Amino acid sequence: MTIQRKAVALISGGLDSMLAAKVIMDQGVRVEGINFYTGFCVEGHTHAIKKRDQEKQKRNNALWVAEQLGIKLHIVDVIEEYKNVLIKPKYGYGANMNPCLDCKVFMVTKAKEWLAENDFDFIITGEVIGQRPMSQRKATMPIISQESGADDLLLRPLCAKCLPETLPEREGWVKRERLYDFTGRSRKPQFALAAEFGFTEFAQPAGGCCFLTDESYSKKLVDLWKARGTKEYELDDIMLLKVGRHIRPKANFKMIVAREDGEGRFLEGYKKTFIWLDCVSHSGPLALLDGSPDTDDLRLAAQLIARYGQGRDAAEVEVSITLPDGTAQTVKVKPIAAADVPPTWLI
Amino acid sequence: MNRQSLDARRLLCPLPVIRTQDKVKQMQVGDQLAVVGTDPGIMQDIPAWCRINGHTVLEANAGDREYTVVLQVGG
Repeated sequence: MTIQRKAVALISGGLDSMLAAKVIMDQGVRVEGINFYTGFCVEGHTHAIKKRDQEKQKRNNALWVAEQLGIKLHIVDVIEEYKNVLIKPKYGYGANMNPCLDCKVFMVTKAKEWLAENDFDFIITGEVIGQRPMSQRKATMPIISQESGADDLLLRPLCAKCLPETLPEREGWVKRERLYDFTGRSRKPQFALAAEFGFTEFAQPAGGCCFLTDESYSKKLVDLWKARGTKEYELDDIMLLKVGRHIRPKANFKMIVAREDGEGRFLEGYKKTFIWLDCVSHSGPLALLDGSPDTDDLRLAAQLIARYGQGRDAAEVEVSITLPDGTAQTVKVKPIAAADVPPTWLI
Repeated sequence: MNRQSLDARRLLCPLPVIRTQDKVKQMQVGDQLAVVGTDPGIMQDIPAWCRINGHTVLEANAGDREYTVVLQVGG
């Protein structure tokens, strides 16, 4: 009797991992998906927060891919463990704060652990040589295999023919001739294969699937680290970097100002953690303060929040300042003039 | 049949799905779990996760600020 081999596929929710899993499924291998949640995954977070986006139907692409393929998907929370990857990446950062190569090594390492715990035979990824400038190059493929400890248990079906044979190929669990030799940044071979499989719909996130590849997000993260004097962070810290307008008037405090009602609602959830500012006399955004502002700083923050509301041209605006313990005070301030807000304050 | 609840308020997807997945692992076939969240994404993601993993969605209700999905654990 032939043993049905089992593979775990890293499913990001994009086209390449979807194709890689399908190629192996079609060779009679039982495939299950695994998806790692680092806290930086894009996955529609801003849609969930912004009110204007909430009417749009939102889906988790990794779950959607798994459903299209008819496979199970295991979503794994790696928020804590991922901190080591981001804080001290062995191979450094990409164009922004994206430690792509270390990230890939980490995820394959985790998949290898899962493989052992669940008695699966090998790992599949949707990597393509030359597809990404940092992590998907011919030189990085062996680094990922070796550093993760997966070695020849790691099969990349879309570019396997350009790489040394892996164990599943040598053992005849999969046929090498039915694997692919995709290379380069062109997506045409993937689109052609998708058409062959009848995949008419697939996710193509324009900015990638990780906030760390985003320049604006990365600047806010670096600012956070610099202000705190440490790269340590909690999940709430990195969630808040996705929301609102971030303004740092002084090194000791930062304001996060809601840009619309949805963001205001989201920030409301942090009322018990941060100092909270709200315009009372005029309608305006909500804001929270991160850091250790003194009395003068609170007044400056009130002037700033007043500037972003309907009272921006008023002589005086009343602003409520609430501490995390619920103690509140109201101050009357003149909104700060646009010319008095240096661009360097905006992160 | 045991009915439990999961507070996933303030969590953004996929965390409500991950917490649901972890909770369901500790439950028995036929048990029910009511997940309450503030991310509207749970209305899509938890049913999708249930379909993939053989669980049944019994109810999905959208309130003004909160969303509830009740599922029954499958085999």
